[in-house]
Amino acid sequence: MTEPLTLPAAAGDRRRTARTPRERGSRAPLGRRLRGWAATTWFLLPALLLFFLFVLIPIAVALYTSLFKWGGFGRPEDFVGLGNYRKLAADPVFRGDLWRGLLIVVLSLVVQLPIALGTAVLLNQRMRGRAVYRAVFFAPYILSEVIAGVLFGIIFLPGSGLADELVGGLPLVGGLAGKWFSDPGTALPTLFAVMTWKYFGFHMMIYLAGLQGVPAEILEAAAIDGAGPWRRFRSVTLPLLAPTLRISVFLSVIGSIQLFDLVWVTTTGGPTNSTETMAVTMFQFGFKRYQMGYASAISVAMFLISMVFSLLYQRYALRRDLEGAVTSAGGAR
Amino acid sequence: MGIPHPSRRSFLTAVSAGAVALTAAPLLAACGDGGSGSDGKVTIEWMDIATTEPSKTIYPKIAKAYEAAHPNVKIKLTNLENEAFKSKMTALTASGKLPDIFVTWGGGVLKQQIDAGLVKDLTSPASGLLNTITPVSQKPYQFDGKTYAVPYDMGMVGFWYNKRHFAKAGIKAPPKTWAEFLDDVRKLKAAGITPIALGGKDKWPGMYYWAYLAMRVGGMPAMEQAAKTNDFTAPAFAGAGQHLKELVDLQPFQPGFQNAGFDAPGGEAASVGAGKAAMELMGQWAPAVEKDASGKGIGDDEGWFPFPAVDGGQGALTDVFGGGNGHALGKDAPKEAVDFLAFMLNAENEHELVSSGAFMPVVKGAENALDANRKQVADALGTSTGFQLYLDQAFPPAVGQQVNDSVAALIGGKATPEQVAQQVTKAAKSQ
Repeated sequence: MTEPLTLPAAAGDRRRTARTPRERGSRAPLGRRLRGWAATTWFLLPALLLFFLFVLIPIAVALYTSLFKWGGFGRPEDFVGLGNYRKLAADPVFRGDLWRGLLIVVLSLVVQLPIALGTAVLLNQRMRGRAVYRAVFFAPYILSEVIAGVLFGIIFLPGSGLADELVGGLPLVGGLAGKWFSDPGTALPTLFAVMTWKYFGFHMMIYLAGLQGVPAEILEAAAIDGAGPWRRFRSVTLPLLAPTLRISVFLSVIGSIQLFDLVWVTTTGGPTNSTETMAVTMFQFGFKRYQMGYASAISVAMFLISMVFSLLYQRYALRRDLEGAVTSAGGAR
Repeated sequence: MGIPHPSRRSFLTAVSAGAVALTAAPLLAACGDGGSGSDGKVTIEWMDIATTEPSKTIYPKIAKAYEAAHPNVKIKLTNLENEAFKSKMTALTASGKLPDIFVTWGGGVLKQQIDAGLVKDLTSPASGLLNTITPVSQKPYQFDGKTYAVPYDMGMVGFWYNKRHFAKAGIKAPPKTWAEFLDDVRKLKAAGITPIALGGKDKWPGMYYWAYLAMRVGGMPAMEQAAKTNDFTAPAFAGAGQHLKELVDLQPFQPGFQNAGFDAPGGEAASVGAGKAAMELMGQWAPAVEKDASGKGIGDDEGWFPFPAVDGGQGALTDVFGGGNGHALGKDAPKEAVDFLAFMLNAENEHELVSSGAFMPVVKGAENALDANRKQVADALGTSTGFQLYLDQAFPPAVGQQVNDSVAALIGGKATPEQVAQQVTKAAKSQ
């Protein structure tokens, strides 16, 4: 080859004077602009193709099948309109799912995240074995959900499990022996304890990363001004950590709404639906009872709940953090 | 230089075409299914549930022996745990392609797969083989006069009990009526023995109680009527729930039974096998699983009695509830698959399967390999006056699952007998 490949930006550079990118874009010759678009399209195509194939089309198909009474074989023919959604609204199990989902979200926010934040603050200090602690607390997150589920299934095995051995004979908690996952009253708290164990390390890691971004100078300045440790945390660290916190809350809520694997492996949603989540109910109806239409309606409901939450949260809470990325249509400012 | 350099656009086109080709190649290759290859080689995909002994060892052995005798055939055996197998089959059924050979329990689930056109009709291709097999064991796989699977096991549900525990509690003979049964449960509790082990997490073991009680209260006509009209509000079903509640109120199950699996560690079979519970209501495979799950089993202490009669009920003690295991073939299965099923049930292999303790005979005249307890089961089956297939197999999946869920709720104290009957009726009516 006699000359190097030229990219659109480089080609534009040659004739660039002191114009802003926008002016250049609007005044470039039509042919050149079209060619730029063609290249962009080619670069985007693989990603767009996958996005359509595995995200948008399945969503559309689920929306479509949710309007039918359909067993999953052949074409859906028995059109029921919004019948599946009416059935859903009246289903005590699904209503229970909503309530339990809310409970898990709230518990995650008031128990799991504060634990993660506390651990992160502790592990952000200079101390012996800091790296070891970080690795140990993060380790459960790396474990697959199924392995964690099987593990805790064995720990909470009634009668001979480790948990029973530990609490047996103790005051207050002794009554838990033989219950844990086996009693409708204790199954959800037990599940939540496992969830906390599994996921708090992940949030701790996010917070640790956020804490690295808090400038030591400001903390030092606050200390010189006479601020005690709590004051420094409350008035310097926490506000500067706010973007990280907002992201972590977002991930936690979305994760709770979609909770499935851990529940499926430990309790399959039982005893008597006491740990059932929307995703578990969807699986039960779709792949155990072959009521694909109804299961699709559940998945659409899950999708809507997640989407409404995401949009509202991004609009109101993440606005400052995402400025320019989502809330205001890219670089159109 | 004389060679024109590629333009940007053709460069991109080439790259993307290459990428598409690269992604598509393995997909296309994967489309070639397990049928006959050009060189006469045949691969048979066999999906089974033999994750526990003895079949875990015997199946691969039989497959190897067949391969040795037929060098052109390769048998690819995949074993999944029971519940995982059901999930996998569900996904495969939805995808429209089933393995060449797979385990089936017949009834509504198999019917659904047949209706979807995924199962081979074996009536004529396997007629020779089917003629050697007892008619009762073929029942679950027959629809409209056609047979869709070759059974390899047939049995029924009954109580497997620990004779030593019964003796210790002062129980002279196994109970003949539900009242006697409840009395024996009280005696066992008084003697400090957990009367019954139950795998509540799996739900189907609990369904057995409700199903048997409904059969004993309403008799076979009530069951047939319900299957036909999808109406479970007849007195037989509410009555079954009430009798089951009488049992549940005695708190007869092991601690934590609501999250215990059937064959999981510390579950139902393991409890009985380890001597921690006096009995379980289970099918003919119980002793084998007890042994496998607990590591030892209770050997000669094991006894069997049929589900007791209910006073004033319409059903006979000789009406049996059960089912079998069969192998069905995917619609594209090679003809060698039928031949392999015949090989699996030849005199030598059938004798090994039956005498291993895990299976009941299906081939005429193979009963001689049975031990005393399973001889009892075989006799009860042979002299049965009525036969009811497992409810979660006999009914369409949505109804079967509703029965399991509702009965589990009843046993967990979260539903009344009437609610169970209503919920099941509602699920059946909306089919």
